[in-house]
Amino acid sequence: MRKLTIPREEYMTPGHLACQGCGGALAMRLALKALGKKTILTIPACCWSVIDGPFPYSAAGVPLFHAPFETAASTSAGVSAAMKILGKEDVHVVAWAGDGGTFDIGMQAISGAAERGDNILYIVYDNEAYMNTGIQRSSATPYKAWTTTTPYKFPKARPKKDIIGILAAHKVPYVATATVAYAEDFVKKVKKAAQIKGFRLIQVLSPCPPGWKTPPEITIKLARLAVQTGVFPLYEVENGEKYKINIKPKKLKPVIEYLKLQGRFRHLTQADVEEIQAMVNRNWKLLLAKEEFSRQIENL
Amino acid sequence: MKRMAIVGNHALSYGALLSRVQVIAAYPITPQTQVVELLSEMCADGTLKAEFVKVESEHSAMAAVMGASASGARAFTATSSQGLALMHEVLHWVTGARLPVVMGNINRAFGPPWSIWTEQTDSLSQRDTGWMQIYAQDNQEVLDSVILAYKVSEQVLLPTMVVLDAFFLSHTSEPVEIPDQEKVDEFLPPYENKYILNPDDPHAFGGLTNPEWYMELRYKIHKAHEQSLDLIEKEGKEFEKMFGRYYGLVDPYKVDDAEIILVAISTAASTARYAVDLLREKGKKVGLLRIRVFRPFPYQKVKDILSNAKKVIVLDRNLSPGAGGIVASEVRGALANVKNHPPVFSYIMGLGGRDITTKHIMELFEEVEKMDEGKDIIWKGVKL
Repeated sequence: MRKLTIPREEYMTPGHLACQGCGGALAMRLALKALGKKTILTIPACCWSVIDGPFPYSAAGVPLFHAPFETAASTSAGVSAAMKILGKEDVHVVAWAGDGGTFDIGMQAISGAAERGDNILYIVYDNEAYMNTGIQRSSATPYKAWTTTTPYKFPKARPKKDIIGILAAHKVPYVATATVAYAEDFVKKVKKAAQIKGFRLIQVLSPCPPGWKTPPEITIKLARLAVQTGVFPLYEVENGEKYKINIKPKKLKPVIEYLKLQGRFRHLTQADVEEIQAMVNRNWKLLLAKEEFSRQIENL
Repeated sequence: MKRMAIVGNHALSYGALLSRVQVIAAYPITPQTQVVELLSEMCADGTLKAEFVKVESEHSAMAAVMGASASGARAFTATSSQGLALMHEVLHWVTGARLPVVMGNINRAFGPPWSIWTEQTDSLSQRDTGWMQIYAQDNQEVLDSVILAYKVSEQVLLPTMVVLDAFFLSHTSEPVEIPDQEKVDEFLPPYENKYILNPDDPHAFGGLTNPEWYMELRYKIHKAHEQSLDLIEKEGKEFEKMFGRYYGLVDPYKVDDAEIILVAISTAASTARYAVDLLREKGKKVGLLRIRVFRPFPYQKVKDILSNAKKVIVLDRNLSPGAGGIVASEVRGALANVKNHPPVFSYIMGLGGRDITTKHIMELFEEVEKMDEGKDIIWKGVKL
């Protein structure tokens, strides 16, 4: 039997307000298992502003500061500075934000904190749109996806922003992708990141049944297919140059298997699917090349 | 205690140093830069044991000091004008989170057109953010006000803005007494707040609050402001006992028998004090009411002092376009419920750093002497 790598301890409590099948709620539950009790969360406007529960309740089980939309990184920078001066450096200072608060409105603050090397673990639970406000497109929304602001006749015209590439360019010690279907991988990455000093970021793909127009019971299946099709590869980058792909399928499944399950892609034509397949193929090759290149430059 | 000639910006830095601030986050803007340059040096050479987060914007500066204060550290920042406007969202948040952050703001006019000179519209337009606001008239008051601000803020859990005029104070050297650290430590104990982010006692702060409770939380913020009215005066007296200088809500000058009282804030009030002396020499019964604390607004003090005057002049170096002088609107509001209150003459002058001289202020008194009915807005010196 395989050894259980996910801690049994639970910090998040029942009674949270997430939708059924919410990837973001599961991501938090797993992250807290990895981080433990000595954690302080800063949460900007996002689904988790609601999920945690209304005043005076909280489902997080660790201290949590609700912050303005664009300030997850900057508020956490202040928390981190306080922990240092107060001699509480054993506390994990975690910014926990959605893709809108990260890829869009929070980008400046993230870039600032990353460049300064603020001692923060930033976790973006990426559900690929502004789900809390009712499914508006963000710069994390994938190519051709439907949202309420990218209607079927005019779906998203540009690909998803490469947040990992942007952070890698800041030469931060650790960035990684993860998803809730690969719980052991996610927990391992959170634990690894928690032991590193400086700015670290984990992007955890978190399916959203109401936003993706999917039944809640296939959240894990979707997250797994995202990896198996190469739509969302699991990899990590150390110090901005050492790429490592963590899950490498022998052969990628066709993207249609992932797309066809989601209402947000139901308008796609055969040509659209082929175009997306070509983009995914190219991105996968590029990622393999980056991994290979980082091996080549290891002894530079 | 030592005496040094320092600029107003450095008075802010020394105030922060003596208050033993633990986290500073700041972004440069003219005319504030000297504040954080000196603090950077103090942190670098170990004079001040603090973490300095060199943020990429004022918005992040305010967010960072907010996070620090919520974690139990005494936090400080300083900015001006556009920077203060960029902080606006977080200013509200800091108040709602009940965090005793203290900041310096150097008054500078808004663009466009670009201006770097003084005007109070930047800080006065933040009046509804729930921050306490202190307007200093000299560099000694700047330094002392930082210490006093922490003392009061940390008791009522409200933030405070210490405000000073660009260049007239920020870049002008004046002799300032630097209090001894031991005495400041005696006056200002370390920051203690039981409502902090603490893994041993986990709570969520600022979660979604429905209409059943939101109003009560806002009521409490207002009550804390009301409580500060007494506390500012009480701590002002304690401060006087230790350091020999008193600071209250208002600073009245020759008002007891005054027929015309001029109301002003900041350095224009120092100029007005001299104008009052010159007019008194001519036998004119004139006085000055400097409002030092604009939030909480000292309505009772203002009413008590102004209701016996025959006429009230308000000098505003700020403008709420479409309304007029911001201080004047508060003064009129304070007097509205006073029976047979004196007429108010609201002057707009000195915008964008234009000089306000003794001669100008003497002219105000002379003009108002000849007028009977109050005026909602009079533009002084505008070239038409």
